Amino acid sequence: MDLIIEGIKKAFLLFISLDPEVINITLFSLKVSGIATFISLFIGISSGTAIALLRFPGKKIIVSLVNTGMGLPPVVVGLFVTIFLWRNGPFGFLEILYTPSAMIIAQAIIATPIVMGITVAAVQQLPEKLRLQIIALGATRTQMVWMLVKEAKLPLLAAVMAGFGGVISEVGASIMVGGNIKGYTRVLTTATVMETSKGNFDIAIALSIILLAMAFLVNLVLTLVQQKRRPN
Amino acid sequence: MLLVLTCFCAISPVSAQQKNIILATTTSTQDSGLLDVLIPVFEKKTGYFIKTIAVGSGQAMAMGQKGEADVLLVHSPDAEAKFVAQGYGINRRLVMHNDYIVVGPGKDPAGIKGMKSTVAAFKKIAARKSLFMSRGDNSGTNAKEKTIWKASGIDPEKEKWYQQTGLGMGQTLNVASEKGAYTLTDRGTYLALKKMLGLDILTEGDAMLLNIYHAIEVNPAKWPKVNAAGAKAFADFMVSKEVQDIVKIFGVNKYGSPLFFPDAGKKVEGLGR
Repeated sequence: MDLIIEGIKKAFLLFISLDPEVINITLFSLKVSGIATFISLFIGISSGTAIALLRFPGKKIIVSLVNTGMGLPPVVVGLFVTIFLWRNGPFGFLEILYTPSAMIIAQAIIATPIVMGITVAAVQQLPEKLRLQIIALGATRTQMVWMLVKEAKLPLLAAVMAGFGGVISEVGASIMVGGNIKGYTRVLTTATVMETSKGNFDIAIALSIILLAMAFLVNLVLTLVQQKRRPN
Repeated sequence: MLLVLTCFCAISPVSAQQKNIILATTTSTQDSGLLDVLIPVFEKKTGYFIKTIAVGSGQAMAMGQKGEADVLLVHSPDAEAKFVAQGYGINRRLVMHNDYIVVGPGKDPAGIKGMKSTVAAFKKIAARKSLFMSRGDNSGTNAKEKTIWKASGIDPEKEKWYQQTGLGMGQTLNVASEKGAYTLTDRGTYLALKKMLGLDILTEGDAMLLNIYHAIEVNPAKWPKVNAAGAKAFADFMVSKEVQDIVKIFGVNKYGSPLFFPDAGKKVEGLGR
């Protein structure tokens, strides 16, 4: 119990003193997971919308695959990204293993199916008549897709939150492809693991609290946007 | 996928690629904080950028074998000798040592406290079937532990009292503490975690318990992509007088005794005497 109180105290101290290392790790976590989420939104929303609107053979299988991907184990992603990025691996010439880029790739791979899955569900849920009406009003195909995406934007914000939440809290893949290098690829989760194994439980607890607070703040902002026009 | 990968090249410091050195090392050098002290000195001096990947000695050598690391700082002498003999590593140099200790619950159910022979202590633990935690992760510590079991003529693998955590040293110590088990640990990690643990030092000082660290450069003849110049610079740095002087006093302020003893230029046979 003392330990937890110590940890909370330490978290406040680290905050108030603006410990440069903690601030850097926190901002870096935000940056990596933010970029990864952004990429996953780009790929996930476009392909998810396409899957939802198009009719093609094997669609159910594709949708099941996407839904399975929503639970993709991060360590599996980490392992495969590592193998692909190895110096002597297929993408070794890029020399990006143990760099922030590798972490962004791994996290984007984890978040993309989550965003895609929610997008498919959100777009499919729109009433069929809406689509017919938009077309009847003389919209081009691109305009129609754009209108539909706009119409589905509330559930799509949930996709942002789920994707971001999934990657900011992820540790397995980040430590494998990033390596937890001080001042370079260390993020809140990998720092927490390391401090725990060093026996610095108070710092580990402090980092966890910062991580939670940050996840909460990001979600709070997104939720406020999402709920803005809703009467309660 | 390729498109995404190419986008990222822009962000990653490709221009600085030959400036990067991948150091594969053990968790003990990172968890003790020694590398946090040494690496900034090296980077400032040489302009290289060190990527430290802290894994067990076994995994570090596996990375070297695949050419995925440039230089190793490890503590698993038998495996290292094999690694060099097979042509994966060159220029293996003695850097420093500390020692392993056998720790266990204060009640000491197997009654090994103060025993001078580690082999005899292990035999006693086996005879009493006292719980023993092994890392089981092919790390240097795990390799040493296996050597001791072998020397005592016991094969504990299938025994119920012998459990493998599959975790690093710090976490294994925590598990041993929670379960009231014996375990083999390096002194540095134990000292760093001592206040959190309900474990006492029970066996120490046996010559068999030396924990010897070597720097090995990965053979560029085998793996052309290895940063050979950087690896050599780092290994040279580790055995330089400057580093050896830092090692000598590292940890004294915090633990009252040093965590490592500098050994550059010495012979392994002369250690611990």
